[in-house]
Amino acid sequence: MLSYIVKRVLSLIPVLFVVSCVVFLVVYLIPGGPATALLGMEATPMQIEELNTELGFNRPFLVQYADWFRGIFRGDWGDSFFLHQSVLEAIGEYFLPTLSLAVFAQIFALLLSIPVGILAAYRRGTALDVAAVSISLLGAALPGFLLSMFLMLFFGVYHQWFPVAGYAGLAEGLGEHLKYLFVPALSLGIVQAAYITRMTRSSLLETLYKNYIRTARSKGLKEHKVVLRYALKNAAPAILTAVGQSFGSLITGTIVTETIFNIPGIGMLTIGAINRRDVFVIQGVVLFVTLLYVLVNLVVDVLYGFVDPRLQPGRR
Amino acid sequence: MSFINKNTSAVSEAIFKEQRQLRKERLLASPGLIIGFVGFVIILILAVLVPFISKTDPNAMVVVDRLKPPDGEHILGTDEFGRDLFIRLMYGARVSLWVGGCVAVFSCICGVIIGIYASYFKLLDHILMRICDGLIAIPGILLAIALIAALGTSSWNVIVALTIVYTPSVARTVRASAMVVREQPYVEAAKVQGFGNARILWKLILPGVISPLTVQASFIFAQAIISEASLSFLGAGIPAPAASWGNMLQASKLVFSKAPWTMICPGAAVVLCVLSLNLLGDGLRDFMDPRTKGGAKK
Repeated sequence: MLSYIVKRVLSLIPVLFVVSCVVFLVVYLIPGGPATALLGMEATPMQIEELNTELGFNRPFLVQYADWFRGIFRGDWGDSFFLHQSVLEAIGEYFLPTLSLAVFAQIFALLLSIPVGILAAYRRGTALDVAAVSISLLGAALPGFLLSMFLMLFFGVYHQWFPVAGYAGLAEGLGEHLKYLFVPALSLGIVQAAYITRMTRSSLLETLYKNYIRTARSKGLKEHKVVLRYALKNAAPAILTAVGQSFGSLITGTIVTETIFNIPGIGMLTIGAINRRDVFVIQGVVLFVTLLYVLVNLVVDVLYGFVDPRLQPGRR
Repeated sequence: MSFINKNTSAVSEAIFKEQRQLRKERLLASPGLIIGFVGFVIILILAVLVPFISKTDPNAMVVVDRLKPPDGEHILGTDEFGRDLFIRLMYGARVSLWVGGCVAVFSCICGVIIGIYASYFKLLDHILMRICDGLIAIPGILLAIALIAALGTSSWNVIVALTIVYTPSVARTVRASAMVVREQPYVEAAKVQGFGNARILWKLILPGVISPLTVQASFIFAQAIISEASLSFLGAGIPAPAASWGNMLQASKLVFSKAPWTMICPGAAVVLCVLSLNLLGDGLRDFMDPRTKGGAKK
């Protein structure tokens, strides 16, 4: 088990190295240096030259990279040019709403997709299955922000069951917090559920026709026990992987959705940074979200290392 | 083919005929493929023909007509500058399809080159696949946002950014299927006969990866349209006055509670186009996969 985890962690090193190179290059490759982006159109060449020198952009490539790389470990991710704070501080300040939204969206997604996926696989070919498959096809074609706008229109504008937009922190009470997050989390959750439903259905379908399922049935086990204990348990790693891998699209979906509902999260930070071309903030956000994404997938892998006895030592 | 005598040619003719018949049956048995194809072609035709059908300028503002609901004069209503939504939708289709198509083609070309060489040369494989792993680890839209923030907003930069985002997954697919083809006896036979590496790669292995590639191309096309819409929606996509579905949705962000048609029309266009492409991709996969038989449900 330990060797499995160690191996999994070691395999991340080249991935993270490439990620760091790409993220570094994003700023390095800006034509004319980061100052051109930061200062905008009106800047004189003199000013650009000055800021580039100040940012250390005129040093050799490898020196810059090494310096930047060391900074990442020391918690120095550069400074925002417009927010007057460091990039890490800004991310820390804006992160909680995003995390909260992503968690609630994931909960909605799992509550919707796992039961529907199981039922669709179990009742294969029935109207229920066809409906589940068609809806998940539609969900795959729907950009998350579009569904957000529809639900906002329905819940917030026409029926006024929920506030149209805005955000209340956890400090103002869980009820208030949920009231503001319900619609964005639901819209993200539905889009996410479309994918997880399909994965649940197809991985369960694969296990439902295995021999041990027939054995379990023929020895007279109850149907729900056969499906939930035998089939679902064996389909679980594939479903878990799908959940982990869809985390990336969940967090990017969160970023877009936040800008619709005016939730002060990473998305708002990003959109502000895009408009001002605050490249260091964008760089920091990309690095941060990628690290988070890689970490979530690591946790998922390690988790089913515990769940799946096939991965435990002495069983090979 | 003079050495084949009449008898065998008649037999092979019959076999070909049967195969054609089977293929036709399989094609007709997958309604998704046909629906997707027809839907996509209709959108494509409308996008190509719009400058010839209507002389209305998609960016012409008629402020008196702002936010008109759909009626006889404007089939889908107008936006907040009084621009006709139907015309803008068609011009938006041109931009969205252009971006999606370019991304699909370019990422397939790059992906094939990377994937096919990676499958054949061990050392190259390690290097290229680690780079792909790293690129895949960065969530797509974010990588695109970062690239566009660095390069500046223009439709070419959107295409470049999205191509970089989607190339690694194409490379992986191509590599996986090329690895299977590489082990085939005919490739080995060619090696023994002294074929050059380039000839083996492009003449023998490439045809074997074409069918998974076309399937993936259609999915990337669809994904690129969604991504372009999201990027434009965030202000990191196609620059403003030009009509693209994402731009139209971004513009409607401020007014859609009063004028829902400004959101529903471009939104429906994105969904229909992506849905057609996804159906096309799913259908193609089933059609080309020899394991799924015609007519049989999966």
